[in-house]
Amino acid sequence: MTRTAPPEADPASNEPAPAVALHTGTSDLRALITRNLRTSGIYVAFVVIVALFAILTDGVSLSPGNITNIVLQYSYILVLAIGMVLVIIAGHIDLSVGSVVALTGAVSAVLVIQQDYPWWVGMLAALAVGLAVGAWQGFWVAYVGIPAFIVTLAGMLVFRGLTLQVLDNISLSPFPTEYSKVASGFLNGLLGGNGYDAFTLLIGAFAVGGYALSGFRTRLARIKYAQPVESFPLFVARVVAVGAVVMYFAWQLAHARGLPIVLIILGVLVITYAVISNRTVFGRQIYAIGGNLAAAQLSGVKVKVVNFWIFVNMGFLAAVAGIIYSSRSNGAQPAAGNMFELDAIAAVFIGGAAVTGGVGTVVGAVVGGLLVAVMSNGMQLMGVEQQVQSIVKGLVLLLAVAFDVYNKRRAGASR
Amino acid sequence: MDDNILEMRSITKTFPGVKALENVTLAVRRGEIHAICGENGAGKSTLMKVLSGVYPTGTYDGEIVYDGQPASFGNIRDSEHVGIVIIHQELALVPYLSIAENIFLGNERRGRGGLIDWNLANAEAGKLLESVGLDENPVTPVGQLGVGKQQLVEIAKALSKDVRLLILDEPTAALNDSDSAHLLELLRRLRERGITSIMISHKLNEITEVSDRVTVIRDGKTVETLDTKAGEVTQARIIRGMVGRDLESFYPDRTSSPGEEVLRVEDWTVRHPTQDRLVVDHASFSVRAGEVVGIAGLMGAGRTELAMSMFGRSYGRDISGRIFMHGKEIKARSVAEAIDNGVAYATEDRKKYGLNLIEDIRRNVSAAALAKLSRNGWVNGNEEIKVAEDSRRSMNIKAPSVMSVVGKLSGGNQQKVVLSKWLFTDPDVLILDEPTRGIDVGAKYEIYTIINRLVAAGKAVVVISSELPELLGICDRIYTLSAGRITGEIPVAQATQENLMELMTKERESVG
Repeated sequence: MTRTAPPEADPASNEPAPAVALHTGTSDLRALITRNLRTSGIYVAFVVIVALFAILTDGVSLSPGNITNIVLQYSYILVLAIGMVLVIIAGHIDLSVGSVVALTGAVSAVLVIQQDYPWWVGMLAALAVGLAVGAWQGFWVAYVGIPAFIVTLAGMLVFRGLTLQVLDNISLSPFPTEYSKVASGFLNGLLGGNGYDAFTLLIGAFAVGGYALSGFRTRLARIKYAQPVESFPLFVARVVAVGAVVMYFAWQLAHARGLPIVLIILGVLVITYAVISNRTVFGRQIYAIGGNLAAAQLSGVKVKVVNFWIFVNMGFLAAVAGIIYSSRSNGAQPAAGNMFELDAIAAVFIGGAAVTGGVGTVVGAVVGGLLVAVMSNGMQLMGVEQQVQSIVKGLVLLLAVAFDVYNKRRAGASR
Repeated sequence: MDDNILEMRSITKTFPGVKALENVTLAVRRGEIHAICGENGAGKSTLMKVLSGVYPTGTYDGEIVYDGQPASFGNIRDSEHVGIVIIHQELALVPYLSIAENIFLGNERRGRGGLIDWNLANAEAGKLLESVGLDENPVTPVGQLGVGKQQLVEIAKALSKDVRLLILDEPTAALNDSDSAHLLELLRRLRERGITSIMISHKLNEITEVSDRVTVIRDGKTVETLDTKAGEVTQARIIRGMVGRDLESFYPDRTSSPGEEVLRVEDWTVRHPTQDRLVVDHASFSVRAGEVVGIAGLMGAGRTELAMSMFGRSYGRDISGRIFMHGKEIKARSVAEAIDNGVAYATEDRKKYGLNLIEDIRRNVSAAALAKLSRNGWVNGNEEIKVAEDSRRSMNIKAPSVMSVVGKLSGGNQQKVVLSKWLFTDPDVLILDEPTRGIDVGAKYEIYTIINRLVAAGKAVVVISSELPELLGICDRIYTLSAGRITGEIPVAQATQENLMELMTKERESVG
């Protein structure tokens, strides 16, 4: 050999042992931010948008009542975004969710309002319809091999048609109070309080405690496995920061109408799906399929099975969104859920998912959805006209994806 | 003074962390056929990309003088404008368009009103085809032609651009012998017409046969330029230049002591997924523990198809035959089943089929055996990192951490990640398809060392390779495959490149 260093030597391998370098808190933080610019960009953008509208609306956008409003108004989009991000990570798309929201709501309304079944029968039926729809679309995508774009475009038309059929082209309302509580109910007064709801604060404190505890346990496990961890002060700072935000949020809710039931549903879904996507074999296989389908297949991933269940899951979450939406609008309308799919897809891409699949996070998608929510809400507060709102939303989506493409090109340029 | 059409002086091209070219000098005389030799990764393709403007002026150091003028190309169009045309190894033809449409793609023959004059285009295409000796109708879709004829269409396309310097990257790699001979004859005829050619090739016999001069490149540096007239061009001389040392020391030593038979395949037969022909035809072979068995075959012989169809029926249809592991017949109807039965297959194209390039080392290593890291569907992320970290150390994967994205590693390190992934499935048999394709000399040696370590630990290894010296260097036994049939089985002590090649081409000749 004429050369001592093999040509493949990575420049970074000349650095001192990385495990040591990562132990120092500051370099860890910086590395974390730069390495995950694509995924962390969304959080920075979210903070900026929230601050921007807080200033533009003289703080109204952060008022207790308004925060509650945002949660109530956009919850179903966030639920859809949770399912959609998994679909998009796997390299598919689902254009039918708006129609499925309408169909599930319609079935529920017909049973509960027209035929006087109890409220929970309607909800169970809606979920069953959602699962069936998901299985139908999953079958065509996974086992027949039709591109999801086509299958769900067809689904968009078919399920909209079925909605009209089920509703006989008229709107149905109102639901019994139990049903409408899902979207507009609050858990409050359980522990009393003077002008604020102690229960909400307790739940908030509970969430923070859980976050700190699970963070600490992860930290211990990583230390046991001799993995790099952030320095202890940094860890504490992170927990305190997150805790402060959550408690502020809870404080505001407690001073408005208390803890919305839909927020609890949303919280459970976010945590569940974040864990599924990160820590289960199923979740990891979704990323593998989206990252390189052929490689996943040749690694023994049962691609068809995974794809099928991704769509079943999307159907299920579309039904949950359908229940929330029908509950919020207190009835079912033929045109319900129109364009929801586009809001959900936009949320996912703004939240850092890659157009080509393989990249994205549940939390990112939800924050992406919240970003759109805060933006729309803020513009409404400012009295911005509908057409301008639409233009702004469109441009934000374009920018988000352009950022993703730019990032990838930069990553590609450095080989 | 030499009449040089092209001089590349002190070309240095750096990628982040890698010096791909270092002070490379190349002088090509007007009207000659100039061959460029070097191992994979030596920098041949990079040099040609610099020349053709794929890497524009300013992204490299050094000077290009073309036709007596300093040249600076911003893109491929600039270089084509002055008559430099490059034909890539992967042909860049559109299969659904006709020959004429392909020839004039991006260079359309316009008539009145700026519309394409197809009569003119077809007539001109006909003349071009005649000059390259291709007897086909210009309106035939390119997809209906064989690879050899497509290559000729590429050359006709180059001629339509008034080519003066034709660059061919591995032009005969995918061609059979008669097509290759035809192509080389065409290059000679073009030389008579005053067209200069640069030919990158691994086939040393072709180089010695057709080229006027040969430049050898190694590790991104020019080694020497040899002249045929001076009698300098011999295969041995070129190899010495390419490798820079004796071939003997190129493969690590190993004492082989094969044990029990691990894998036996009987009468394996596979039909092409869309065409009505057998790709693998009653192939039978076996591998013992602690043994490296090679499968040698030319491109299209069915090597990869044999392996892929065995590995969970990932290729072909109407698969029949039997697979035995440790003497017991197994069914491997899916990849998961094959893995469970102790079979692992590392693909020839690691980027396309082997790795998730956007993920990190950790997740690639665990991809084929997540079940081993999980309980009830829950993945133990810390255990996963530990496993990846262990592989990084034992395989000597050069990366800052196991969180490094695989797409940014070099070819050799990527291949080590692929091997790590399969070793983690704890296989009894590893089928390695072109394990050293596209990686440099140093990494090759490391891969061979890893293979030796595996057989020492009692694994059975099957190596599929198109490089015969590699098979001779690392295998205990070699099977030859030709047109889907096993045509021979030779212990390595009796194998030579000549008798292997004879067996590898056996079927073809008898069939015609």
